[in-house]
Amino acid sequence: MANFEELSQAVFDGDGEQVVEITKSLLGSGADPQEVISNGLIAGMERVGVLFKNNEMFVPEVLMSAGAMNTGVEVIKESRKNFDMPSSGKVVLATVKGDLHDIGKNLVGMMMESNGYTVYNLGVDIEPDKFVEAVKQYQPDIVAMSALLTTTMMEMKSTIDALVEAGVRDNVKVIIGGAPITQDFADQIGADGYAADAASAIDLCKGLVDGNARDALSA
Amino acid sequence: MDYKPVKTFNELAVKSLDDFIYGIAPYPVTAKNGMVIGGGAVYPEINMTLPPITVDESTMPEVRKQYAEMIEGILKRAKALHAPGIIVELELLPPTTIEPKWGIEINKILREKMYEYEEKYGLKSLLRCTPNDTREIMRPPLMRRGDLLESIFTTFEKCAEDGADILSIETTGGKEVHDEALVTCDIRKAIFALGVLGVRDMRFIWSKIVEIAEQTGSIAGGDTACGFANTALALAEQSMIPRVFAAVDRVATVPRTLAGFEVGAVGPDKDCGYEGPYMKAIAGVPISMEGKTAACAHLSSIGNVAACVCDMWSNESVQNIKLLSAPAPVVYTEQLIYDCRLMNEAAAEGRSYALKLRDWLADSDSRLDPQAYVLRPDIVLEISKELVKEKDAFIATKKAAALAVDVLKRGMAAGEVQVLPKEKKWLDIISSQIETIPDDWQEFWHEMQKELDLSKWRPEEYDLEVTAAKTASAG
Ligand code: B12
Repeated sequence: MANFEELSQAVFDGDGEQVVEITKSLLGSGADPQEVISNGLIAGMERVGVLFKNNEMFVPEVLMSAGAMNTGVEVIKESRKNFDMPSSGKVVLATVKGDLHDIGKNLVGMMMESNGYTVYNLGVDIEPDKFVEAVKQYQPDIVAMSALLTTTMMEMKSTIDALVEAGVRDNVKVIIGGAPITQDFADQIGADGYAADAASAIDLCKGLVDGNARDALSA
Repeated sequence: MDYKPVKTFNELAVKSLDDFIYGIAPYPVTAKNGMVIGGGAVYPEINMTLPPITVDESTMPEVRKQYAEMIEGILKRAKALHAPGIIVELELLPPTTIEPKWGIEINKILREKMYEYEEKYGLKSLLRCTPNDTREIMRPPLMRRGDLLESIFTTFEKCAEDGADILSIETTGGKEVHDEALVTCDIRKAIFALGVLGVRDMRFIWSKIVEIAEQTGSIAGGDTACGFANTALALAEQSMIPRVFAAVDRVATVPRTLAGFEVGAVGPDKDCGYEGPYMKAIAGVPISMEGKTAACAHLSSIGNVAACVCDMWSNESVQNIKLLSAPAPVVYTEQLIYDCRLMNEAAAEGRSYALKLRDWLADSDSRLDPQAYVLRPDIVLEISKELVKEKDAFIATKKAAALAVDVLKRGMAAGEVQVLPKEKKWLDIISSQIETIPDDWQEFWHEMQKELDLSKWRPEEYDLEVTAAKTASAG
């Protein structure tokens, strides 16, 4: 009989077909979908995350694993019609106004998704107002901003100001990143956190939302 | 409208390895003030940018002040160090391109100061004007029409009229597809983005830029595959993608960047195009390169090898912040000048010394990284010789990628280049992907229509007709 270990390995190997097969078999033998997700699918992705963080795995390989994990999630969703996918937290993510660099931001988004976060990726060149709108609409735990240009960094501050003005700043944690960004800059503009790369962005998110979203979910 | 090449390169412009050297290009370019690029000496090319600041009407006084301060510092240092000449690149930012009057103003601030130093002190200099390819602000982008494109052309035209000597731009045609190709390491998509979309966009936009250069008496310098292979380089440097993929992708950009020269650009090409040595080998144009002295802008593993055959040597970009000695643009001016001095001094001793220095520059990097290996002068010539046999840019792109894989495999087997164990399998993955690409571009396009997200870009902006989707919706 299939077990969680095998499922986790199939996710790790990025083998979608195997993932589908094992997930079905586990569900068929009465496993709790919640456990299939956390002990099988997410467990596999966590191993991937560690190797990625240590530069032992490449993004395309991580994407293969993430894709495999998603096929497993789909199987679960199909088999349990009103199954609610647990989320580690909700994130509104975008590159700030005037800035079109998005590869780094997308990588951060991808890592977030594969760590169980629900990501609303708004895209690039996003005005402060759009962030505010998205916060109202999606009620995220985290607002994540990216900027690669020295001439757009200040838009991060404008965005935070806009969140304050709209009265929603305290509902979210604001994290920022991008090549010219530093912890000092984050402190200066009143952001809640900064991370230098996609892997540490996850640690940062965990630190920031562990207290609320996760507990709420497991409750 | 058809944007056909006016020149084709059927044979190498550089005839032998001993003729492939820094400072000398088969077709040197002479500027209005008599400076010759590729005529024997390597010149520094300094590029600078603003410190953290939002650019709008209210901050423009500060922006002007920043540029005035930077150019004064740069020229003063160049004069003090007896630079035989210097090139200044004004890489405009999105707001200073979208609002051409700002870019034009900054261009003037720089050019006037440069004229002043030339008149007063005899310091010869050239200004390269590089508007931002703002077309991609709109998503999916309009590549061949619209206000954003008009602003780019206006910026070129007016800046050239005001004395900008060299026109350049890092265009982004095909990047909509290439970005995704990179993170998924999908060489099929990369080859489509470069060999089909990139080449088409390059022919279009460079035909226009060449026209502007002709009308204004400026020099149509050239492009760079920055948005493509430098993104790959940056990703590889962060261990996000394999270095071998970035190396293959670099070589695959050759036909795309060459397309600018096929429609009349003459060099010097843009500094961040690490495919430059291939341009020099094939088209004979002088090239600007950047390496170790551009670590202020991005890290790389090709810091020395990049200099082997350069005609200008650049720092890519540095923001105007104060370092212990002086503001960063001044610091980088000094570093570039010293780098160039050394190269020129070696060359003054005789060709054999220059070749020795070139080989040291090559060998000190090429064993350690596949991206450096494919820039080794002999490898550049070897691959280029095969590429000029291909008439079709798409087939040449596919061939370029395949040749890069072969060369890397051979280099690894011979112990000439180090490839990390976790990367080794990627060369096989890449070659098996290349093998699935048909030789007929239309057939390839037909296949790609099913693989690509056509909502992210507009095929008609590349003169491509969607056929597969029609069939699908009809069926
Ligand atoms: C690739 C690239 C481009 C590509 C972008 C492709 C794309 N789809 O994103 C193209 C060619 C289009 C481009 C365009 C331009 N670029 Co550019 N670009 C780069 C380059 C070489 C690499 C960026 C990159 O993708 N790195 C790889 C990714 C993985 O790294 P990353 O973005 O840093 O992201 C990581 C971390 O920062 C972090 N992170 C990122 N976002 C976030 C967000 C959060 C919340 C967190 C926690 C973490 C986080 O995690 C990521 C993954 O580990 C940089 C050089 C550099 N030093 O960064 C220049 C650079 C940023 N660009 C620069 C410039 C000047 C431009 C242009 C203005 C050039 C021009 N004149 O045309 C335009 C501007 C376009 C615009 N409006 O934004 C300058 C900036 C100078 C300045 N003034 O600030 C740089 C520094 C290069 C240089 N010339 O020196 N560029």
